[in-house]
Amino acid sequence: MGKQVLLIEDEPNIIEAISFILSRDGWSVATHANGETAMDAVHRHAPDALVLDVMLPGRSGYDILQDLRANPATADIPVLMLTARGQKKDREVADRLGATRFMTKPFSNAEVLTVLREITGGG
Amino acid sequence: MVGFNLLIFVSLAYVGFLFLVAFWGDRQARTGHGGWLRAPIIYTLSLSIYCTAWTFYGAVGYAARSGLEFVTIYLGPTLVMVGWWWVLRKLVRIGRAQRITSIADLISSRYGKSNLLGVLVTLLAVIGTTPYIALQLQSVVLSFSVFAQQGGEGLADPEATAFWVAVGLAAFTVLFGTRNLDANERHHGVVTAIAVEAVVKLVALLAVGIFVVWGVSGGPADIVRTIEASPIDRWDLQGPRWATMIFLSAAAFLTLPRMFQVLVVENVDEKQLATASWAFPFYMFLMSLFVVPIAVVGLEILPDGNPDLFVLTVPLHFEQGGLAMLTFLGGFSSATSMVIVAAIALSTMVSNHIVMPIWLSARSGGAAMSGDVRQVVLLSRRMSIAGVLGLGWLYYHLSGGSEALASIGLISFAGVAQVLPSMIGGLFWRGATRVGAALGLTVGFAVWAYALFLPSFGDAGMMTARVLAEGPWGIGWLRPQAFFGVEGMDPVVHAIFWSMVLNTGCFVLGSLLSFPRPIERLQGAQFVNVFEHSRTAQGWTRGNAESEDLLVMAQRIMGASQAQALFQEESARQGKDGYLPDTTPDFLRILERELSGSVGAATAHAMVGQIVGGAAVSVDDLMAVADETQQILEYSSQLEAKSEELARTARQLQEANEKLTSLSIQKDAFLSQISHELRTPMTSIRAFSEILKEGEMAVEDTRKYSGIIQDEAIRLTRLLDDLLDLSVLEAGQVTLNVQSGNLTDVLDRAVSAASTVRDGRPLSIKRTPSREDVALRTDTDRLAQVFINLIANASKYCDSAKPRLAISVVEQGGRRHVDFVDNGTGIPPESQVVIFEKFSRLSDQQKAGGAGLGLAICREIMSKLGGGITYLPGQGGAAFRVTLPL
Repeated sequence: MGKQVLLIEDEPNIIEAISFILSRDGWSVATHANGETAMDAVHRHAPDALVLDVMLPGRSGYDILQDLRANPATADIPVLMLTARGQKKDREVADRLGATRFMTKPFSNAEVLTVLREITGGG
Repeated sequence: MVGFNLLIFVSLAYVGFLFLVAFWGDRQARTGHGGWLRAPIIYTLSLSIYCTAWTFYGAVGYAARSGLEFVTIYLGPTLVMVGWWWVLRKLVRIGRAQRITSIADLISSRYGKSNLLGVLVTLLAVIGTTPYIALQLQSVVLSFSVFAQQGGEGLADPEATAFWVAVGLAAFTVLFGTRNLDANERHHGVVTAIAVEAVVKLVALLAVGIFVVWGVSGGPADIVRTIEASPIDRWDLQGPRWATMIFLSAAAFLTLPRMFQVLVVENVDEKQLATASWAFPFYMFLMSLFVVPIAVVGLEILPDGNPDLFVLTVPLHFEQGGLAMLTFLGGFSSATSMVIVAAIALSTMVSNHIVMPIWLSARSGGAAMSGDVRQVVLLSRRMSIAGVLGLGWLYYHLSGGSEALASIGLISFAGVAQVLPSMIGGLFWRGATRVGAALGLTVGFAVWAYALFLPSFGDAGMMTARVLAEGPWGIGWLRPQAFFGVEGMDPVVHAIFWSMVLNTGCFVLGSLLSFPRPIERLQGAQFVNVFEHSRTAQGWTRGNAESEDLLVMAQRIMGASQAQALFQEESARQGKDGYLPDTTPDFLRILERELSGSVGAATAHAMVGQIVGGAAVSVDDLMAVADETQQILEYSSQLEAKSEELARTARQLQEANEKLTSLSIQKDAFLSQISHELRTPMTSIRAFSEILKEGEMAVEDTRKYSGIIQDEAIRLTRLLDDLLDLSVLEAGQVTLNVQSGNLTDVLDRAVSAASTVRDGRPLSIKRTPSREDVALRTDTDRLAQVFINLIANASKYCDSAKPRLAISVVEQGGRRHVDFVDNGTGIPPESQVVIFEKFSRLSDQQKAGGAGLGLAICREIMSKLGGGITYLPGQGGAAFRVTLPL
């Protein structure tokens, strides 16, 4: 059984794509589509890594990241931020709030896998 | 000889005729053909409800008993009419400026919109008018029974007759008095019918007179000899009694609820007064011309007959069936027209000052939340009409149709005349206060009841002969007909003298000793200086009133289209778009006045107050009406006009600035938005195409993933299409394909093209096909595109569990609009300004499935087509109004 990753994203097609890529690579994938209840999902799944979209219904990915880093239980979870906006200031905000890595949509499938492996310590 | 059945038939036919006249008058006014309804002659004739059955039959009886004294009943009103310039003109002007609905409303409005006074005057009017209505019922019953006796049989059941007459009158009044809530509280149908009745009663009385003078006697000279020979000639003139009677009838002419209704409320043009000032006295002169001849001839040939019925019994004695029938109709007209107008006037008062305040305070949700007020107002009016006539009938039933009723006319006059000091004081004296008015009214009313009304019941009532002779508990100076031991006065004169003296005294003293509240001062100034204050002082300080709440309330009272027109007009005046003007004091005052046309000043004030909240009058406002600042005001009025202009420009600038700021934020967000809109579908496309490229997939997965790629590609295309469409429209390069079509077809096409199911909840669409049959000459494809967008939006965003969309066609201000109103939570006011801007999607991405360009495109299309699209606030859900091209 591979490591577990939690995908927080609201576009159904993108969920489908990322889930497919990751599970084919041996990850166990959980998904969650709502910003407001995302923190509960993190606590419930206690994942090895998090893929977090910025534009979420209910609550933005930045807010969720801030909460994650503020809570000792989740402060160390590696987080890969995804955004479709990809302007410079978006990246800066993500860095400041403590995102492990930051990627702009559309992304390369291979790159997502590489980055996830890196931030979870090889595997 | 006239058969009794024929009489019934004729009266029913006459009533049917009146129904037709009223219906026709109403229609004329409604369809805008009612110009002649404003004719001064109609107004003059409607004043003739002053001449009730009491004067029609009773004047002859009065003359037979007391000689020429009956003339006093006509002299009072004549003085008032001739002197119209001083009192009536002011009353009418105030009535129109303040949208006064009744005499109770006048007093309440003048004394600071006090509902206490409204209730007091209403009670007084009901108590004073009920016996009078009973008197009218009695006169109809009596005249019926005269015919029945002639036919050899007595009237089987006088009470039943009275009952059915009352029911019929109630039906007529409800039908024509409360058909709609006119903002001006005018009833054209009723006025027309009354004008006809006025002619009938005049013709009838003249006919009897001519018959008596030339048919029975040998002409004028012969009649003069008969008069000299008759006892009528020997009564002498009693100065004090005459003066009192003239005063009383003049006072009653102004204060009777029904007279106030026709004189002030139904008046549509001040010029009507000028004509009526000579025409109405002339009418009364004609009415009284033959009274004495009929009386003397009656006394001569029917010495044992009831003089009150001479008008009827003299023609019958000479077997003049047709003439008697005409007279009967004249009397019938006098009775019915009085009852109808009195019932309308009283029901307005009862409903506005008693029922509505109770209903409103019972609904703690406040005016904005209180459901359809119009229906409640109409219902309460109708109930009040039934109630008033019910009371009249009950009074008739209890007093047993006795002779005592005959004297009730004067007693009734004296009762309502108690309003006079407060009314005249209110019109001419700025210092008059609410406390003074309440004191005066209460004391005057109490004295009247004690000295005149209660004794009129005779021994059966509370005033036994012993109380009359010795005073209550033997206290001599409190004897009801000899206050302070002043004896020898005629009881009526005594009661009027003391009630008026004490009433006026308390009114003046109370006013001098009490301190008026700010709003009383304000109203006082507006009443007393009505001719100077064409631009009236302000009644509201600028509150934090929610314009939308006010609109919701106004729609429920005035009706949707009237309220929207009012709000839109005010918005335009302030230089704004849409339906939500700033709640400036000026606007609140205008709104309150419009509302008071439907529910009365006190209630309207209370309702606006509920929404606006807080004190209504500031020190600045008071300064503005104080005499001392009057001159400064005039100097500064020019400055004021300029500063108003500045304020308007500032408001426009502020609005433009707000729009610019939010536009610039949007522009900033634009790149980010467009990036997001393009990148999201591309993400799926790239990810899945990489997956597919690697191969080794099951067939169904391959199909599924290529399907997703296809969908996302279409989404991208649609976005680009929309962007292009919009830029073409904005650049004005679009070619319109103008063709003839029908609104029904365009809507049909739009409804079937728009997808109306989301999350398995189908959107149910309600249409009114009968109103949709409108010929169009425009680009129907583009119009359909707008409709599709609106329907699709409703389907996407309406958050009700059972989403519904009503599509209705309305006509307003010469333009046709199609309204799309759903039952969701609607769009919050702060967002209403931006929804037509690009990318201003309010909710999140997922729900929308579009890029937030739809409404921007709609707006561009409608402006290209020569129509418009606006957000219509205050409809419950989200509501869009598409104004069709001309």
